[in-house]
Amino acid sequence: MFGKLFSTCLPYILSGISVGGQYALIAIGYTMVYGILRLINFAHGDIFMVAGLIMIYSNVSITPLFMNMGFSAESAFIFSIIASVVIVLVLTVLLGLTIEKAAYRPLRSAPRMSVMISAIGVSYLIQNAAIYITGGLAKPYPTKGAAMPWLSDQITVGSTSIKRVTVITPILTILLVLALVLLIKKTKIGMAMRAVSKDFRTSRLMGIEVNNVISVTFFIGSFLAAVGSLLYFTNYASVTPTSGAMPGLKAFVAAVFGGIGSVPGAVVGAFIIGICENILKGLDNILSTAGVFKDGFTFGFATFSDAFTFILLIVILCVKPTGLFGEKNTDKV
Amino acid sequence: MKKSRKDMVFNLSLVALIFIAVIIVENIPGVNPMLSTVLKKGSIYALVAVSMNLLNGFTGLFSLGQAGFMLLGAYTYAVITIPDSAREKVYMYVKEGSAVSRSWFDNIANGLHLPEGVSNIAIMIIGMLAGGLIAAFFSWLIGLPVLKLKSDYLAIATLGFAEIIRAIFQWDKLGPVTNGSNVLRNFPTFKTAVFPLTVSAICILFIVLLINSTYGRAFKAIRDDEIAAEAMGINLAHHKRLAFVISSFFAGIGGALLAMFQNTLQATPFKSAMTYEILLIVVIGGIGSVSGSIIASFLYISASEWWLRGLDSGKFLFIESPAVLRGGFRMVVFSVIIMIIVLFFRKGIMGERELSVTRFLNFFRKKDGKNEENS
Amino acid sequence: MKKILAIVLAALMVFALASCGAENPTPDAGGKDAAPAGEKVVKIGVFEPASGDNGAGGKQETLGIQYANEKTPTVKIGDDEYKVEVIYADNGSSNDKAPTAAQSLISAGCSIILGSYGSGVSIAASDTFKDSGVAAIGVTCTNPQVTEGNSHYFRICFLDPFQGTVLANLASGEFKASKAYILTKLGDDYSTGLGYNFKQAFEALGGTVVEESFQEGNADFTAFLNTAKSQECDVIFAPTSTEAAQLIIEQSATQGIAVPLLAGDTWDSNVILNAAKGKDVKIYVTTFYQEGGNADFDNGFKDWINADATHLSNNGGDDTVAAVSAMGYDAYYVALEAIKAAGSADKAAIKNVLGSVTYTGVTGEIKFDETGDAIRDTAYVKTANTETGAWDFVREQGVN
Repeated sequence: MFGKLFSTCLPYILSGISVGGQYALIAIGYTMVYGILRLINFAHGDIFMVAGLIMIYSNVSITPLFMNMGFSAESAFIFSIIASVVIVLVLTVLLGLTIEKAAYRPLRSAPRMSVMISAIGVSYLIQNAAIYITGGLAKPYPTKGAAMPWLSDQITVGSTSIKRVTVITPILTILLVLALVLLIKKTKIGMAMRAVSKDFRTSRLMGIEVNNVISVTFFIGSFLAAVGSLLYFTNYASVTPTSGAMPGLKAFVAAVFGGIGSVPGAVVGAFIIGICENILKGLDNILSTAGVFKDGFTFGFATFSDAFTFILLIVILCVKPTGLFGEKNTDKV
Repeated sequence: MKKSRKDMVFNLSLVALIFIAVIIVENIPGVNPMLSTVLKKGSIYALVAVSMNLLNGFTGLFSLGQAGFMLLGAYTYAVITIPDSAREKVYMYVKEGSAVSRSWFDNIANGLHLPEGVSNIAIMIIGMLAGGLIAAFFSWLIGLPVLKLKSDYLAIATLGFAEIIRAIFQWDKLGPVTNGSNVLRNFPTFKTAVFPLTVSAICILFIVLLINSTYGRAFKAIRDDEIAAEAMGINLAHHKRLAFVISSFFAGIGGALLAMFQNTLQATPFKSAMTYEILLIVVIGGIGSVSGSIIASFLYISASEWWLRGLDSGKFLFIESPAVLRGGFRMVVFSVIIMIIVLFFRKGIMGERELSVTRFLNFFRKKDGKNEENS
Repeated sequence: MKKILAIVLAALMVFALASCGAENPTPDAGGKDAAPAGEKVVKIGVFEPASGDNGAGGKQETLGIQYANEKTPTVKIGDDEYKVEVIYADNGSSNDKAPTAAQSLISAGCSIILGSYGSGVSIAASDTFKDSGVAAIGVTCTNPQVTEGNSHYFRICFLDPFQGTVLANLASGEFKASKAYILTKLGDDYSTGLGYNFKQAFEALGGTVVEESFQEGNADFTAFLNTAKSQECDVIFAPTSTEAAQLIIEQSATQGIAVPLLAGDTWDSNVILNAAKGKDVKIYVTTFYQEGGNADFDNGFKDWINADATHLSNNGGDDTVAAVSAMGYDAYYVALEAIKAAGSADKAAIKNVLGSVTYTGVTGEIKFDETGDAIRDTAYVKTANTETGAWDFVREQGVN
């Protein structure tokens, strides 16, 4: 009985961990930007989506180049994937920096609401541009055939078979986060970041180039979003102009849940949300396996898999607004 | 005092003129039917934008829950007003059938021997009011915890609330009431633009009166400085809740009107994108200006639904280029315009000012233009 | 600065109003007068999604109409030769955009409307067409609510109750299934409608079902597929848009789902073939037309697609003939028949005669019943060949 229940739950938990890892990589971008600028960067989810589109388009246009150079179709594909990954990382970071410079920097002294509206505007612009470029259709991600051969291989855990990327994601996420925490704690720029997030004006007086620190923040955030997008879309295999919106919002909730401004908090929050969401999708099945639901009764938990994230958000905001690991901020008059 | 009276006379006569114009225009055969669509949708968006402005612009509460409250209003309206004879077909996928009936109303209407036109209008008004009240009730409920939150946390919490509402309305266990995620239809709708224009005008008039009352001044005080307002003896929680509930009430009515405009109703379109759209209208019009929101709504709807449509189909003004002007280009141009306004014309069309006859006249008298800014 | 902005805006408004007033003199006479001197024009409106969830399918359906229009660009009304102008409006696969998109077709002066792919948008736009007195021909919207109680909406395809029964017969007959997993999308009338009808039919045959639905924008179907697997369902029935279908196929392949995936007409698309190619999945769909049913049409259509890069990309990058394209092609000719029968380009006249029009097209004979639905009694069952990336014909299936 218990064994059966465990084997019922396991696949949901596994995919939850994988989803959580992807949310974590996006959530870091949110939490760092919010920590420093006090800005919910609504466009962050869309940057993530654009990274997916860049991968698709660069792969399509680079493969023929390698073929012309005399490689076989298969190796041309692999080379082009490698080249595309580099292009994705570079272009996504550039996009993040451009958005910061064009849409947020001019509003640095404006009220917070204006900056947030600007962020919503950027998100609107990116989505509409993506609709225009893709023709509003889902684009298949290059995961097929020889491409991403290792990542999309199937492996078996317990009795469930999953893609290797599902296992790789959380591991890679944790490694990246460890590196990031080291960067924040041990390096000079990390110290500058911490200082700016504590007190914007004083750190400027202390001779910190605030704009540079903010650029570095956007650099890191966009870079991680690009990595997240590689893992996410390898798993789901298609990109639509609105692909980024939901993961973006959920990642933001994860950042709030973990305590905004705290990198480990965002990661923990993301994993909790990812796992809860997937368990919720399978809860009807789990409960009927456990014998709680009888005679084919179902509750329809899956309807609430997205809403649950927001219920969690409202609860945490009301109970502990600073999140799990957040520091307490007091407003001064 | 005198000036403001002059303005009021001017504004009221402007409204009356618009009404007469609409009635005439709608009855001339051959006028582009798109104009009527724009008037209908524009007036609905004007109401919703003004109600959002009441919160964001006048009270300084950055709420992004508008779509959720509209959804509540729209669903309440539709569920209440679908005629009993049509319910079986509408709720065809729900095993239990519809749990709601409007027989109580039909009985009263029959008892009073109301002509069909009158009873139709009556049920529409009842439905709209109920929609507004339900939206107001839920906003009161959600306001209890979330109104304590600070600016962006409030924004994200209300945004989340709207998503939760949407999920609840799609839940198949509520099927007998909401028809699950299936489409609701056959509820009474309006045919001409006069109806939504009238409803919006009345509602907006109410909001304007509220803004100009003591409550309105308290709202503005909270917006400008919460702590100072509290020190002046304004009950923060009470006034915030009041603004939130009233705004949601009108959002609910706006939602009911939108349901009528769409002829059918589903929860899917009421997502955060809809709230963003309304927010951008408020920004274009000027945060803190009622007339700005109204002008921006009509501009926005006309541009996106009508004038710029050519951008999608390969022909715009004199340019013909099917390669560039294909599906989606309209919205790209549109969002670029919005970004330009957000970044460079942060005050929008009206800033915090209102349309007024004196300013209108001064606009052409260069000398007084400067003085006006300060008054 | 502000003054300039205000003046520019005001000028823009005046200009736009003026230009719009001038553009459309009297559109309600069937658009005849908008034509250049000497040439008579009849306008057919195409109300299809070109973006959103159903964008891919909508584009293929539109291709069929476009092809038919290029093949037969004129129609003879009485003794006059009329040019047929096709006007497109994108309903964005979204119910809230549908009424305005429909309105734009009416204001362009269309005499008859074709569309849409996807039932929800058709239902949403129905009243707009009704109010303006124009008739509409549903091409592949299978939900009964589209035509029910409407005298202006017709359709040339079969309906969900029929298709659901065919699929249920297939599941319990061909696959000996006793338990089916139904996965539908919340808020999609096509999906929930067909799911409901399949459930009714399958339970009537003595089977049991497990039902779940997913939210719009959901990308992770592994949890749903896990449920299907752990509940030991014999078939998975997923009447969804192609967008979700790609993900479902991809993820069921990695999950090692061995049971067949069943779906309705939306899955009859090369998007599915591309997603399934080289993967270990069994996919069965019911549809309106089987490639090879009419060689002339197939070859002509393929040549036409291959001759133009835009057409090719709208068709999903290859020249597979989608059933919806064949349906769009037929719908165009039904519209022409109606115009001929009415003897005028007047929308009211066309609406009056449409119900009695009959036409034998590439997808079979089209004849309307009292509700305005085409009388159809067979569906084609196809399976995706994962090696060649093409559809293999299984059989024709009726309800008995």
